[in-house]
Amino acid sequence: MDILLAIAIMALGAVVLGAALGYASIKFKVEGDPLVEKIEAILPQTQCGQCGYPGCRPYAEAIANGDEINKCPPGGSEGVQRLADLLGREAKPLDAEEKPKSVAIIDEQTCIGCTLCIQACPVDAIVGAAKQMHTIVAPLCTGCELCLPPCPVECIHMEAIPETIDNWKWKYPLVEIKPDMGQAAPIKEAA
Amino acid sequence: MLMNLFKFKGGVKPPSNKLQSNHLPIAQAPLPARLVVPLHQSIGGTPRPIVAAGDHVLKGQMIGEADGWISAAVHAPTSGTVIEVAMHVRPHPSGLDSLCVVIEPDGKDEWIARTPIDHKAAAPADVFHHLQQCGIVGLGGAGFPAHGKLTPSKGVAMDELIINGAECEPFITCDDLLMRERADEVVRGIAVFRDLLQPKKVLIGIEDNKPEAIAAMQVAVDAQKEPFSVVAVPTLYPAGGAKQLIRVLTGKEVPGSMRSTADMGVQVFNVGTAYSAWRAIAHGEPLISRILTITGNVHAPRNYEVLIGTPMDELLALAQPHPDTDGIVMGGPMMGFLVPDVHAPVVKTTNCLIAHDDRLFPPKAPEMPCIRCGACARACPHELQPFELYWFSRAKNFGKTQEYNIFDCIECGCCSYVCPSRIPLVQYFRFAKSEIWAREREKNAADQAKARFEFKQLREEREKAEKAEKLAKAAAAQAAKKAAEAAAAAASPASEGEAPASAVAEAAPAPVAVDAEKAAKMATIQAAMERAKAQREAAQPKNTDALKAAQQKEIDEIEARRQAAHLSEPPPVAPASEKTE
Repeated sequence: MDILLAIAIMALGAVVLGAALGYASIKFKVEGDPLVEKIEAILPQTQCGQCGYPGCRPYAEAIANGDEINKCPPGGSEGVQRLADLLGREAKPLDAEEKPKSVAIIDEQTCIGCTLCIQACPVDAIVGAAKQMHTIVAPLCTGCELCLPPCPVECIHMEAIPETIDNWKWKYPLVEIKPDMGQAAPIKEAA
Repeated sequence: MLMNLFKFKGGVKPPSNKLQSNHLPIAQAPLPARLVVPLHQSIGGTPRPIVAAGDHVLKGQMIGEADGWISAAVHAPTSGTVIEVAMHVRPHPSGLDSLCVVIEPDGKDEWIARTPIDHKAAAPADVFHHLQQCGIVGLGGAGFPAHGKLTPSKGVAMDELIINGAECEPFITCDDLLMRERADEVVRGIAVFRDLLQPKKVLIGIEDNKPEAIAAMQVAVDAQKEPFSVVAVPTLYPAGGAKQLIRVLTGKEVPGSMRSTADMGVQVFNVGTAYSAWRAIAHGEPLISRILTITGNVHAPRNYEVLIGTPMDELLALAQPHPDTDGIVMGGPMMGFLVPDVHAPVVKTTNCLIAHDDRLFPPKAPEMPCIRCGACARACPHELQPFELYWFSRAKNFGKTQEYNIFDCIECGCCSYVCPSRIPLVQYFRFAKSEIWAREREKNAADQAKARFEFKQLREEREKAEKAEKLAKAAAAQAAKKAAEAAAAAASPASEGEAPASAVAEAAPAPVAVDAEKAAKMATIQAAMERAKAQREAAQPKNTDALKAAQQKEIDEIEARRQAAHLSEPPPVAPASEKTE
């Protein structure tokens, strides 16, 4: 009799817990892949396609599926490092040279108003109309360089964002030791 | 007056070095040859320049218009000609340029018409506007526009108004001299603040190493019969920090997360702010000059009343610096910085210039490893753990620094002062803070870019769908029309009209636009073919009946020749006509 009661209690417990788990799996269902979201949060969202994917989201998905993490030049080596930390992979040197953050500038004298760059801009940062002069809304420009190749008169060039008092940063108080320096430099205070 | 004072944790007692400069009265600095007035001199929006090169300006004329509520106007410090509005170096640790108005004084020092305001009769909003137009900002160091702090917090009654005359930084004596010489006007300014904020109590906190200032303020308060309490607070750096002074005078501890102390019913103003606010209200004078201590490695340290925009090196020359002077420190030795360019102008928040040499500021010995002694944590007036913050800042683990409340750090420098390993702790914290801000900006920019990218994709998709739909509709309509035409034209062979009709029937209900388009095209081609056929059939018999014998003979001859040359098939079939159609 006792053993039957024990089995009944255990069975009841199993049913209750099973129901609770089943309910939780419906109630707290995770939409989409949270890893892709996290990877995408690290990517710089320039949508430049330099990684070979049509935007940051597809590249995030590709990384989640095992692609290399060093294909994003705008993210820089710091971005690679952060991806490596997130994914527990080894940080690799960047697959391209690192460039300073820049914005595109249209030479408004040369622009013929062909609208090709407007179509190329992934973030709608160029204003203009057919046969009207175009210009770039600098605060919105991500520096992706996608507008450079379509321009038939080559009137767009990239300009590095200058340092101003508003975006100036305090320097790291130590001189960093770079691994490629050959010999270890002594740690010094920056001037 | 006796009152119970409180204590804040930590703090240090560096040598005060105030006696050098506080024994002489305030002197008037001579008019410089050129004034460079930076437009951005306060927290908040950068004022927009409203003068251009070549304009003649009068003393006190507005040259930069406030941009937004948290912003304060900028004025011409003297009469003269605007030479240019251009980028010039600003006293900032970065040594970078910002937009400045350069004025060449004409020596007449001619005032513009000044309009005082009766703050008791005017609405508070008008008084705030007046203070903003006069460019009154906090002169204690941060330069927060005064009218922003005078706006009462919603739902919180103002308990205490605190006037900060502590002046805890070594070397600086400008507030001391201001209180000694102009106590009357300072007290009047405090009365204005009192009328605007309606606090229960007004406390004037002055460090007890300034007995003359305390006495002068007490005399002024008594003379005006104001119920203000002049309180001597113990000398301990940084007693002049807003949160520290609130703690000492009221015992209230401001939580780190609180943006404004007004939410706790406390507001703090510097004595200099009260003085300049009074000048603005009673005399209509905008903030164009301030009192400034010039001290350090000089023969004649003293306080001067100087015009905003005067180059620092010219001012330093007044105090006759020793020949080994190699730079200028703006602010005190604890929180100030070595000005990257000695030609930089004085701004509203410049309270002290210290001639720098190696005796006063010995070169920093090399940094040693942290020995975890905890001296920094004992000295921190904000009860932070600087050693923890140091490790995380150094390792660039910025998330952790925020967990340890790095943004509560006021960069007072107590931790660096006591560190036996001579670690420049504050430099690490500044680095970490500005890095966190930069990341936040980048994150915001990335989020914005992502939103715009996704919107563009959405828009392109929508446009594509709309276009396809429109095309399909137009094509279907045209196909239907043409089919009808073809059916009408080829009325005789009834069976031929069916093909296009069925094509249209196929196209119209097709769910995918592309299919519909294709079908419509097919229908158009078919209809064209039908039409051509019908035309040909209709045209065939036209000129071949009723032929004369000669004509028939000629035709036969031509046909014979054609056939001989293999040029033509028998006449009824003409494939060329189908192609050209």
